Amino acid sequence: MAEIDQPAALYGLMAEFTDATDLTRAATTVYADGYRQIDAFTPAPVHGLAEAMGYDDRRVQKFTFAGGLLGMIGGFGLCYWTMVIDYPLNIGGRPLNSWPAFIIPTFETTILLAALLTAGSMLVLNGLPQLYHPVFNVGAFRATASSTGFFLCIESTDPKFDLARTRALLEGLHPKAISEVDA
Amino acid sequence: MLDHAKESVPGARFLAPGHNFGSITDKISGIITGRAPFSWFIGFLIGFSILQLLLVSLTYLVFKGTGIWGVNNPVGWGFAIINFVWWIGIGHAGTLISAILLLFRQQWRTSINRAAEAMTVFAVGCAAVFPIFHTGRPWLAAYWLLPYPNTMALWPNFRSPLIWDVFAVSTYATVSIVFWYIGLIPDLATMRDRAKSPVVRRLYGLFSLGWRGSAVHWQRYETASLLLAGLSTPLVLSVHTVVSFDFAVSVIPGWHATIFPPYFVAGAVYAGFAMVLTLLIPMRAIYGLHDFITERHINNMAKVTLVTGLIVFYGYCMEAFFGWYSANEFEAYMILNRMQGPYAPYYWALIFCNGVVPQLLWSRTVRTSVLPLFAVCMAVNVGMWLERFVIVVTSLHRDYLPGSWGMYYPTVWDWSTFIGTMGLFLTLFYLFIRVLPLISIFEIRALTPAAHAKGDTHHG
Repeated sequence: MAEIDQPAALYGLMAEFTDATDLTRAATTVYADGYRQIDAFTPAPVHGLAEAMGYDDRRVQKFTFAGGLLGMIGGFGLCYWTMVIDYPLNIGGRPLNSWPAFIIPTFETTILLAALLTAGSMLVLNGLPQLYHPVFNVGAFRATASSTGFFLCIESTDPKFDLARTRALLEGLHPKAISEVDA
Repeated sequence: MLDHAKESVPGARFLAPGHNFGSITDKISGIITGRAPFSWFIGFLIGFSILQLLLVSLTYLVFKGTGIWGVNNPVGWGFAIINFVWWIGIGHAGTLISAILLLFRQQWRTSINRAAEAMTVFAVGCAAVFPIFHTGRPWLAAYWLLPYPNTMALWPNFRSPLIWDVFAVSTYATVSIVFWYIGLIPDLATMRDRAKSPVVRRLYGLFSLGWRGSAVHWQRYETASLLLAGLSTPLVLSVHTVVSFDFAVSVIPGWHATIFPPYFVAGAVYAGFAMVLTLLIPMRAIYGLHDFITERHINNMAKVTLVTGLIVFYGYCMEAFFGWYSANEFEAYMILNRMQGPYAPYYWALIFCNGVVPQLLWSRTVRTSVLPLFAVCMAVNVGMWLERFVIVVTSLHRDYLPGSWGMYYPTVWDWSTFIGTMGLFLTLFYLFIRVLPLISIFEIRALTPAAHAKGDTHHG
């Protein structure tokens, strides 16, 4: 196989499993063996799978909070600046800073920016949109990753990665198939 | 059928037994990749024809002005706001199903949330037609409605409920679309991988953003979905509350009532669930989705309709009670005029459709047999439109000064615009069925044992 002679063109090794139980077990084993540049691919969310590989990203929540805070300050600021500073209208001698009335636009902008930053940060942190990714070079992945397939990929950038030894480790986990992923 | 206590996978009882990832994917994506049933063409043709009526009506409106509508003094708010509130209300069930039921971990929402959210997005689109076109010059609506720096140095009045409404509805539309789209991404990836034609594959591929189902992505994705649900929940409650402020903040008898916000929100959910059932009952029959939309789903939706219907009916009773108890002669006259005045047939039709007919839903037989249930839902759809008609028209046409009393008669253009928006809705919904998975495929997969690692205690 040509890929073995050119390690630079190899993205990683991919193993296919039958269900979430096998995949999670395999991911746990590979992580315990010291591999860190690993990822699993499933057609539905599997709880505990990312955690089994040591991933625990809580940044999305922080963006949500930041978005909400920004929306709240911005929304109230907009109401205050337009109604009190830039365009003050005396309506029956009522106070210009009629803040109870401003709460509703403020609430809506809080939700709006929190929601946009939640969705946006999730996509950006996931590196999406992405037009090309090496895992799609595997035929079985292209055909089944979004319907029935459960995949585990160990990337060649991992310091522990060694084609022969990593393959042996994956074979010991009884996968359905192992394929090399072209970069 | 599995017993709840013995269930190995949460929510598995909401899926017919014997399904796996492959069969679920094939069945739901097959609706798009397979041939469209004949009824699809008929339905689309009907919807698309009615849509032309909307286009003609709006063109004529822009050409002539709002004088073609029946609004005049004293009834200056007519069909435009009635239809706006009706459509917006319908949208609320979609958000309730996709967000609130997600937070409450009601797994039965899984097979209906996609279609219900689509309904929300399209219903909000139909609703938006009215406030935008009632300005008569929709191309100027931007600076009447939205705050942006303009050469006249004017700003909208943030103390006005109508501007609150602009903020609430535009936020609601945006967040609903974002939530719907985020939910679609994994399914668009499925459609990308199953598409045969390269053009179709590219299109789905583009919109799926290169989703590959990575576990790390799923983790952030689920966090984001839950957060969006948490944000949508107060949002959806705020939207119809703010819509009710359009009325409640005024001093018109029958509108100036503290009961309005909860009563409007309950009415919105009620109307929305009736509409979800109106759409899903035929869709389920045409596409044979009985495995996914089971009798339990239909039964649960009917129960929500009944409960919210009772809240709405309580609202009607309270309106009548406070007409008397307030000892205010204008309030008392308003309710008597509703019951005995020129619009009394509408009021009693409303009580019949929203108060009497839904009582049939106490019977399990009615809740689980599709034809009677469909009939009840049609009555609710009509009833909720009548409710808005009665609230808007009866309060305005006879208020404080008998000298300024008058009648409101909708014109043919009022009707054609209203019916036309149903064409817009149907057209969008038929296109949705044809190009997007009408049931969330990845969420249904999660109801099977294959998606759960054994010994997994994280449910939901």
